[in-house]
Amino acid sequence: MSSITTREVPRGFSFQEYMTCLTGIVWREGLRFLHQRERFVSALVRPLVWLFIFAAGFRQVLGISIIPPYETYILYEVFIAPGLVAMIQLFNGMQSSLSMVYDREMGNMRTLLVSPLPRGFLLFCKLLAGTAVSLLQVYAFLIIAWFWDITPPPIGYLTVLPALILSGLMLGSLGMLISSGIKQLENFAGVMNFVIFPMFFASSALYPLWRVQEGSPYLYYVCQANPFTHAVELIRFALYGQINWISLAVVGACTIVFMVGAIFAYDPSRGLARRGPAGGEG
Amino acid sequence: MLRAGLLAGLMLAATPAHAFVAYVSNEKSNTVSVIDTDSWTVTKTIKVGQRPRGIEFTRDGKFVMVAVGDDDTIQVIDAKAQAIVDTLPSGPDPELFTQDAAGKTLYVANENDNTVTVIDLEKRARLGDIQVGVEPEGMTISPDGKTLINTSETTNMAHFIDTSSRQIVANVLVDPRPRFAEFKHDSSELWVSSEIGGTVSVIDPGKHEVIGKVTFEIPGLRKEAIQPVGIGMTKDDKTAFVALGPANRIAVVDTATRKVTKYLLVGQRVWHMAFTPDEKYLLTTNGVSNDVSVIDVAAQKVIKTIQVGELPWGITIAP
Repeated sequence: MSSITTREVPRGFSFQEYMTCLTGIVWREGLRFLHQRERFVSALVRPLVWLFIFAAGFRQVLGISIIPPYETYILYEVFIAPGLVAMIQLFNGMQSSLSMVYDREMGNMRTLLVSPLPRGFLLFCKLLAGTAVSLLQVYAFLIIAWFWDITPPPIGYLTVLPALILSGLMLGSLGMLISSGIKQLENFAGVMNFVIFPMFFASSALYPLWRVQEGSPYLYYVCQANPFTHAVELIRFALYGQINWISLAVVGACTIVFMVGAIFAYDPSRGLARRGPAGGEG
Repeated sequence: MLRAGLLAGLMLAATPAHAFVAYVSNEKSNTVSVIDTDSWTVTKTIKVGQRPRGIEFTRDGKFVMVAVGDDDTIQVIDAKAQAIVDTLPSGPDPELFTQDAAGKTLYVANENDNTVTVIDLEKRARLGDIQVGVEPEGMTISPDGKTLINTSETTNMAHFIDTSSRQIVANVLVDPRPRFAEFKHDSSELWVSSEIGGTVSVIDPGKHEVIGKVTFEIPGLRKEAIQPVGIGMTKDDKTAFVALGPANRIAVVDTATRKVTKYLLVGQRVWHMAFTPDEKYLLTTNGVSNDVSVIDVAAQKVIKTIQVGELPWGITIAP
């Protein structure tokens, strides 16, 4: 990887050149996603399995509480829908990070990194591309969920968009940060075990936090500190046309931290990324 | 469902509805909560007698009558002053009551006395008693005012009473513990809910015969948890809403097929209900969770739940 980063990043590109780069990367990611039908299907099937099967068995978990932003009693399916939306974005974020590892192993990343544009911008484009793909998946899921009687107010489909972009960027940059430390494709299983599952289960995606607090106060603090919890809550409130300011602040701050971390980690001149044979270009 | 969704969208965009006032009797806290249907908040809580249950506006909308069972009377609340101004002479432990279309005569079911008391509302005087079955509860009057219906919880019957002679003319056996009775607006059918039987019996009022039954089934819930109580019928008689008690749901029933088309999740132990006069909303009392749920009738969706006093039981909305 080091061989392609020897020259200084030139400055003074026009806006159009930036846009060309952005559309190129987003387009490639979009094409790749559309050509991988299985990926689209599996991205949809995963949350739908949770919705149709898991939710059926856990109806009693909500008890009799009214949890904001909801204004009345809701079925469990309605409660977990925002959590499943965030799950789609979590998996998508990790999957695009997986594709970064793959690109590096296969040598495709060289094509990307030889671009004269600043590396930070390239990575940001990559993140945006991944987020755009997750938006496609999320809206497809929300349409199917609508027929399952998960019917947020119509305006909610619009107000949730900025929340989805922000949470998509956060989870994508987290994936990118993690992928910078992964040498081989096979290690992705570790990401599943150590990142996706703990993040997903120790959050408010599947159960309200007051329930967690009843069971274990310590776990409650863990859930509170989990950025994924705040991504879920941000999406949940936005889907009902409201803003959860705390979650917005946490997700915004985490996005910045993860993104700066990822850009730093992918800079071979300073980066944390270990350079070695696994890099493919070493 | 698509149409219902679109309709809901349109309704959201429409101008806010005319505000009504709902009165909710809280059986345990011995109060009546006043709800404003514009802001959906409790605007006042009125202290009343012990164990308030049956509650209804007078036809002119000036007074609210509330049966306070443990005080063996019916209290009259002035809707303007929102304060108790008078009492009506019922029998012991009045529970539910109904009035004729003109609002002149009130019929009260006295739970512990096996009687129905007849009260002249203008003179506020007791006219007499009618002997009925054990534990009378459900009360309704036919739209033409000629037939009074009383259901007795232990006798498991709907008694048909001639209002002019004040005599029982027919008894119809229904499923155990009949709680509530409601006529279709065109008088063609009488619906009686059975709490323990878990059904609603549809009775032909002319023939005094059960001609059909509405049954309920909610996946994941025990049959015993489904206890039909309150019934609300839309003005066009096409849709009935049935409160299912501890099943925490309102069943939406197509009256033509007598089949449930949808279950709406509300608070715990949903008991009685009332439509706003424009029939835009239906309000239900949820006894155990101490709140009132608001249903958007056209969209068939629960839109809000409002905290009231302890053990909300009955509800009435100003005409």
